[in-house]
Amino acid sequence: MRIKCPHCGERDWSEFRYGGDATKQRPQHGTGDLKAWHDYYFLFDNPKGPHTEYWQHVLGCRQWFKLARNTATNEATGGGE
Amino acid sequence: MAKGYSIFSLARHALRPSEPWPEAWAKPEPKSNYDAIIIGGGGHGLATAYYLAKNHGMRNIAVLEKSYIGSGNVGRNTTLIRSNYMMGGNTAFFEFSLKLWEGLSHDLNFNAMVSQRGQVVLAVSPVQVDVFARRGNIMRLNGIDAELLDRGEVMKMLPYLDYSKEARWPVYGAIFQPRAGTVRHDAVAWGYARAASQLGVHIIENCEVTAILRDGDRVTGVETTRGKILSGKVGIAVAGHSSHVAAMAGLRLPVESHILQAFVSEPIKPIVHHVVSWGAELFYLSQSDKGGLVFGGHIDGFNTYTQRGQFARQQTVMECVSSLMPFAARLRLLRSWGGIQDMTPDGSPFICRTPIRGLYLNGGWCYQGFKATPASGYTYAHTIANDNEHELNRCFSLDRFEKGKELDEFGIGNWTYKQ
Repeated sequence: MRIKCPHCGERDWSEFRYGGDATKQRPQHGTGDLKAWHDYYFLFDNPKGPHTEYWQHVLGCRQWFKLARNTATNEATGGGE
Repeated sequence: MAKGYSIFSLARHALRPSEPWPEAWAKPEPKSNYDAIIIGGGGHGLATAYYLAKNHGMRNIAVLEKSYIGSGNVGRNTTLIRSNYMMGGNTAFFEFSLKLWEGLSHDLNFNAMVSQRGQVVLAVSPVQVDVFARRGNIMRLNGIDAELLDRGEVMKMLPYLDYSKEARWPVYGAIFQPRAGTVRHDAVAWGYARAASQLGVHIIENCEVTAILRDGDRVTGVETTRGKILSGKVGIAVAGHSSHVAAMAGLRLPVESHILQAFVSEPIKPIVHHVVSWGAELFYLSQSDKGGLVFGGHIDGFNTYTQRGQFARQQTVMECVSSLMPFAARLRLLRSWGGIQDMTPDGSPFICRTPIRGLYLNGGWCYQGFKATPASGYTYAHTIANDNEHELNRCFSLDRFEKGKELDEFGIGNWTYKQ
């Protein structure tokens, strides 16, 4: 799999680290509702298809960025901020 | 349909080659209504159907498989069985599974080639020896066999490892479970399918579930590529596609689907007589009856539904082989493939009811689905038949994260990237 870093261009997957679903909304600081924290932390949409996720270019610029990728095909359409 | 397999039926067919072996399981058309439906014709789904019929007397049941029997993870794993677990809940469950493996071939009248060759987990530091001693003590307190080996004993048992001064990871000792081993995984799928079929279970291949039907908070059946099928009890057992199928019922699971690769080398003469695992990196290897070294490592580390592995992970696993067993560095790799694992946050599975009445979940098996197959089917059948958990799978509930009752056996679950 090839991933396009928004800063360094297209590189092999092995230079990157996966960082999970980027669409999850962290509950507001101080939220007391444990169910909201549980859902945020433990539940995953885990779709078979388009997925927006965090990656870090560990062996490159070390920047975190968002990547749109299809989990059914691994086609990545390029990273954004 | 084939009835009993025996030395006599083998001789009869050998003497009469014109008479072909009958199909091992029937291929019925789906009915419009069943007492229970299992989604997923893998090892767990077929075992569940078998134990539903055998232990609970439910004969009007169907297993719906989107492809053919044996096409999924039951034919993609590295065939290991063991019960060297430490967490309360896991110990009893996996030991029960190992006991079922020990009698499985007779139970199914199908040779699953259960080979209890023993598993050696190598310790690569003095601290790891202490950790393994603790694990062994907990296992023995739970009635599971475990032995601690020192370096000299390991050298006698596994003379082909790298014991040189230059070894990157020196061997300090090992923990050994003599009753662990390997099983022919295809035979498990075929054996369960045949035994379930003989008890009247409908095994329906090429039948993909496209929707789960509900009436309020009750499940009423499924929509499939071969029509609508009604049932008041629907069990999910679809491994890597757990989230995908559960979403059809509006459920979000604590599951992320990741790819795990497996590898086979070219065949060589018998040299590795045990299952060998390693304390330096997640790595496990055994030698098949055909002579190939069968081995695997970590998941690739990002969620995907493609069954294609990434090259960089293959390289890491090959480095494990050649570091541990330098002789293997010159072997050629024959095949590699991938399977989709449903990784959970605590590395432990689900066998449980769901918030939807009549809908049950069996999934989240991470790396350990194959060895759990018999106990998983046994307890899942109990859960479906009685609408209640068996004492062995009470810990594997869906709401354990809400209650703070995680079973952190592996510790990192799907968050390998957070290490």
